Amino acid sequence: MNGWSALDRFLQTDPRDVGCAEAMELLHVYAELAAADASAAERYPGIAAHLQACGPCGQDFDGLLAAMRGAAD
Amino acid sequence: MMPGDAAVDGITPPAGFDTDSATWVRSLAGPAEQREAALARLHEMLLRIAHSELRRRSGQLRITGPELDDLAYQAAADALLAIMAKVGQFRGESRFTTWAYKFVIFEVSAKAGRHFWANPPVPMDAEDWDRLPDRFGLEPAREAERRELARAVRRAVDEQLTPRQRQVFVAIVLDGVPLDALAVRLGSTRNALYKTMFDARRKLRAALAANGYLDDQISRRS
Repeated sequence: MNGWSALDRFLQTDPRDVGCAEAMELLHVYAELAAADASAAERYPGIAAHLQACGPCGQDFDGLLAAMRGAAD
Repeated sequence: MMPGDAAVDGITPPAGFDTDSATWVRSLAGPAEQREAALARLHEMLLRIAHSELRRRSGQLRITGPELDDLAYQAAADALLAIMAKVGQFRGESRFTTWAYKFVIFEVSAKAGRHFWANPPVPMDAEDWDRLPDRFGLEPAREAERRELARAVRRAVDEQLTPRQRQVFVAIVLDGVPLDALAVRLGSTRNALYKTMFDARRKLRAALAANGYLDDQISRRS
């Protein structure tokens, strides 16, 4: 990937993106769905779009999944 | 706050809760002895997760040893406070523990954002546009392309963004300030700054597409 395509990817926005507040509000519900099967993104496309674009929320999501896995171990 | 300081009164879990979640909610609202035991157990869980989450992020945070322990303890204590304040709002849409873990993960993020300013890698508002091509992986050898990219983006930033959007773009993209750290510095929130950047990204993309630098078709879709 060259610099322009990386810039292009960074600048692209998804109109379905719900923003941090709504994603954080439902993150526990989304995480359990995501851990159980692949239907989370279908049921909550706006959260899926947000987690792909927002580094901090994506990191929180990964952390929550790791915590769930750790508790299950 | 110590685990035993928090209290919730009069909370009865609805019938739809899973058994474990119902037990948690009932215990946290129960008689003092039962509540104290539940709080201590919850605090222990939160502390363990705060530790593991801080370790997971340690590459970015540059935190180790006693400082990491201290941040983990603060995150667990603040998460416990938040959970006890909101346990009446828990609706059983997930397991209680998943809902509770979310609070400590958010606290770790907030603490990491504040910690960033203890030793920031670059001064804020440095506005060094020569760094921009590096952010998008353009090799130093491609000098002409680097100059063109920096010039085009800077022009779009100057012409299209509001002063606030420009401030947030420069801090995040040029200075590499994490969103949560920037929220601390500007007295804002992650959500508000994300929205500011979302609008800035859309405007910049449209401008760069209009000037022939990016594919216009994708621009219309986004």
